[in-house]
Amino acid sequence: MSRLNATFEHLKAQNKTALVPYIMCGDPDFDTTVRLMHALVNSGCNIIELGVPFSDPMADGPVIQAAAERVLLNHVSLSDVIDVVARFRETDTETAVILMGYLNPIEVMGYQVFAEKASAAGVDGALTVDIPPEEAAEYTQLLKAKGIDPIYLLAPTSDDARIASIANVAAGFVYYVSLKGVTGAASLDIDSVVEKLQQIRRQISLPVGVGFGISDAETAAKLSKVADAIVVGSAIVKRMAEYGHQPDQLIQSVTELTASMRKAMDQ
Amino acid sequence: MTDVDKTIDFSQMPDEKGHFGIYGGVFAAETLMQPINELRDAYEKIKNDPDFQAEFDRDLAHYVGRPSPLYHAQRLSEITGGAQIYLKREDLNHTGAHKINNTIGQALLARKMGKKRIIAETGAGQHGVASATVAARFGMECVVYMGAEDVIRQAPNVYRMKLLGATVIPVESGSKTLKDALNEAMRDWVTNVDDTFYIIGTVAGPHPYPEMVRDFQTIIGREARLQIQQQAGRLPDALVACVGGGSNAIGLFHPFLEDKEVAIYGVEGGGDGIDTARHAAPLCAGKPGVLHGNRTYLMEDKDGQIIETHCVSAGLDYPGVGPEHAWLKDIGRVKYDAITDSEALEAFHTLTRIEGIIPALESSHAVAYGLKLAKTMEKDQIIIVNLSGRGDKDINTIAKIEGIKL
Repeated sequence: MSRLNATFEHLKAQNKTALVPYIMCGDPDFDTTVRLMHALVNSGCNIIELGVPFSDPMADGPVIQAAAERVLLNHVSLSDVIDVVARFRETDTETAVILMGYLNPIEVMGYQVFAEKASAAGVDGALTVDIPPEEAAEYTQLLKAKGIDPIYLLAPTSDDARIASIANVAAGFVYYVSLKGVTGAASLDIDSVVEKLQQIRRQISLPVGVGFGISDAETAAKLSKVADAIVVGSAIVKRMAEYGHQPDQLIQSVTELTASMRKAMDQ
Repeated sequence: MTDVDKTIDFSQMPDEKGHFGIYGGVFAAETLMQPINELRDAYEKIKNDPDFQAEFDRDLAHYVGRPSPLYHAQRLSEITGGAQIYLKREDLNHTGAHKINNTIGQALLARKMGKKRIIAETGAGQHGVASATVAARFGMECVVYMGAEDVIRQAPNVYRMKLLGATVIPVESGSKTLKDALNEAMRDWVTNVDDTFYIIGTVAGPHPYPEMVRDFQTIIGREARLQIQQQAGRLPDALVACVGGGSNAIGLFHPFLEDKEVAIYGVEGGGDGIDTARHAAPLCAGKPGVLHGNRTYLMEDKDGQIIETHCVSAGLDYPGVGPEHAWLKDIGRVKYDAITDSEALEAFHTLTRIEGIIPALESSHAVAYGLKLAKTMEKDQIIIVNLSGRGDKDINTIAKIEGIKL
């Protein structure tokens, strides 16, 4: 069984919701990223979403774009991110890791090569923001052949037809973008999220994660009652930016947030 | 002459999913798919609607001032000692460039779709001005995203947009130029999909933009095709246009693609030269990749990151190019080449002094290439050069380069 499936089954048996932090790989350096990944697991996170930087991150807000710009100054590449996953796997073979980024770095590496390298390093899924199902036949086939789950976003504007087309290609889990806008945007209307999740679950049997706009323990706790996974991105990346080159403080600050979310979600 | 397969029906491109061969398509986040599909369906409905076309044609005639002249630049031709150069005078359109052809079309569509707010990205500011202009005319709110660098380079156009009632938002992220403005406009669109229409200014972006913008711009080529036959009694031997995103070029080229005897040249911004790292010529020196919603040639590094471009003209300073151009390059129908900053500046002065026409720096690239090409051709041969915009907006840039204080 894939690590993602095992994770969700295990959590379901305990009546728990997955906590999924997003961190930008290499921010501020690879050693800190690997340490932070382990610390996140210890703070109660279940799946790690590792950001692959891209020069033109159109679906992200200013916080994550700034993080991408920071690490691109050090020329962090897709290969580097895959290497970081391999380092993490040296001591953690259980926690699922997914890569989140944009298509062009994968295009340049080649879908086949990417699938092979990522699989060998222990990557469990890939969320590539700008490849919709319509363009993804070859991509999803090559990924799935290497045991990497293609993870897809769903949006408030996704209608039944789009949900159906994503149901055909997605694996691992799907990720509902809980508001119109980019990552790190402000408000979040929980009632409308609940309604949309019902619509999604009518067609998709995979676990459904919710993200975009979740920045505190209270919101995470509320949404954990209706979602299978809570994804937290900008709120974490903001703390990473704050502690720039002080890895100890950075890790402490980020894990304080995730631990508080875990605690609130489990109550 | 080219070796284009006789069976290609250029009017049938792209396919229904927006592909030109391997290029084009829709590469967008799920958050954008619904508005993109809504636009695609709306455009499908109106593209063959005679009422919409009639309204569009009426506006092109009476608001834009079409047809634009095709001018035989005799003195310019003489100094080359070669082919006869005809200039398609898009610089004489209302707002001073070809951009207005497209913004009129998209604003009419926005109105039809019931959208009250339009957003646009702009590099040189011409598309921003053209968008602000149609927004004023149709009584719509207008927000223009512009790279902070470009806001400085194109100050007169920024003021023009403000006079027209638009809000200009300087974009401080990334390289602070056109590509970053495009990213920011996409983000606005994602956030405000319900009431907002995004007017893309060139033949790039997710389907249907490359097709739709092309269709609105082909008026250039359709007019030129008739005009040259009226004036010279035959089709031209060559066409030349500058290519940033490539909308003025595709507008001129498209109605001639099936005329095999017409050689076609697209001219990219060569910056300091395409053998240096400082240029904006993805077709000449880039590789295929995915950016801003489509697969096309890109300026990118070995890791697939988009690299900063350099070109004296803001309108050519873009790391991608319309997917139809990528395809036309691969099938060999259009030859793409580059003109350096200094060659473009020289042509700017030549046209200004010899013909009394001040060209935009973008168009100066096409003029420079036309002059080079003419020298290799016979006196009875004909080149049409697309003079896509006027140069008033660039006089500050030129003066600065030449150390002149205005």
